[in-house]
Amino acid sequence: MTPRRSRALLLLIVVAGVALLVAAGLQNTLTFYRSPSEVAGHTSTHERVRLGGEVVPGSLRTDGGLTRFRIGDGTTEIAVEQVADLPGTLREGQEAVVEGTLDAHGVFRSDTVMAKHGNEYRPAQAGGQGSP
Amino acid sequence: MPNNLPTPLLDGRRATRDRRNLGWGAAGLGVAGVVAALTVAPADAVQGQAQRLMYLHVPTAWTAYLAFFAVLVSSGAYLIWSDPRWDRAARAAAEIGLGATVVTFAVGTVWGRATWGVWWAWDPRIVSTIVLFLIYAAQVTVRGAEGDPHRGARRAAWLGAAGFVMIPVVHFSVVWWRSLHQQATVLAPSASPPIDTVMLATLLLCVAACTVTAAWLFLRRLAVLELRAGVRTPARRTVPAGRP
Repeated sequence: MTPRRSRALLLLIVVAGVALLVAAGLQNTLTFYRSPSEVAGHTSTHERVRLGGEVVPGSLRTDGGLTRFRIGDGTTEIAVEQVADLPGTLREGQEAVVEGTLDAHGVFRSDTVMAKHGNEYRPAQAGGQGSP
Repeated sequence: MPNNLPTPLLDGRRATRDRRNLGWGAAGLGVAGVVAALTVAPADAVQGQAQRLMYLHVPTAWTAYLAFFAVLVSSGAYLIWSDPRWDRAARAAAEIGLGATVVTFAVGTVWGRATWGVWWAWDPRIVSTIVLFLIYAAQVTVRGAEGDPHRGARRAAWLGAAGFVMIPVVHFSVVWWRSLHQQATVLAPSASPPIDTVMLATLLLCVAACTVTAAWLFLRRLAVLELRAGVRTPARRTVPAGRP
């Protein structure tokens, strides 16, 4: 590569890096999600946020195309309604992050559900995560 | 005055044979790793078959860390001794690190789709990994941006040494910030990592395979760079080596 081309490529890399950091800043990368307590208290309706916490056991049900569940952090729970498909790994009792807006009735209308997974790896045959 | 000597790793009568043996070792470990990852290791209780992507995602990420550590060492050595052999080592290591990062990213995208449900997220670890990639891409590019090779190599060395700051940022991003990524399982201060023994053994085998493959690629790349730099390698038998 000639020095001229290298410099052009270098400039492109720097621009890409700056653009990435600006976009990441706008997307709240450093706080990838907010907890139910944070969202319940301080979020105005129709502001797009990511909400993360535990899928409350016993709250997950699907009728027709609509899935309802609650996301909790131990103190606060928020009801979530999701229309589109769910990741197959979404389980009650596991962590999940949902993206959408809080409506006037305090229901979180989500269009993207992301299932978090733990750092534990256990074989499926051993009866779930029971074995220590 | 820059010297024109071959790297000790590539010099000597047995160097070529050793390098070839390393390549066979990498191939053997690679085959064993693929077999273990696809058949021996059990499917994960929560993630199912998709979890097997871990046996490529984690080893390539580890290899990238290791390659960028080699860049740090070589860059530091170049800044001290201005020996072009260290610059070539830094360049070969950076290129391997970039390749390993691309593979990690590609596999991670598929794993993310399978487990999280999304191909992409504005997650701190994903973003910091791209920043890491861009820094080392700049490190490889800056070398040719100067007319004078020594000045270009010095700038690359400064960037190669400073860029290593990103490795702890990437690794600890899941601890420092709220992330979609889970916490570390193996490279974490824990006496008993929360992973099944067979899975851990498979993972370590795949890490070994990836590391040896990277070492072999490193030596091969170094040989190519020496050839291009016009380094005279001692003639083997009657074949004149390194002659254009």
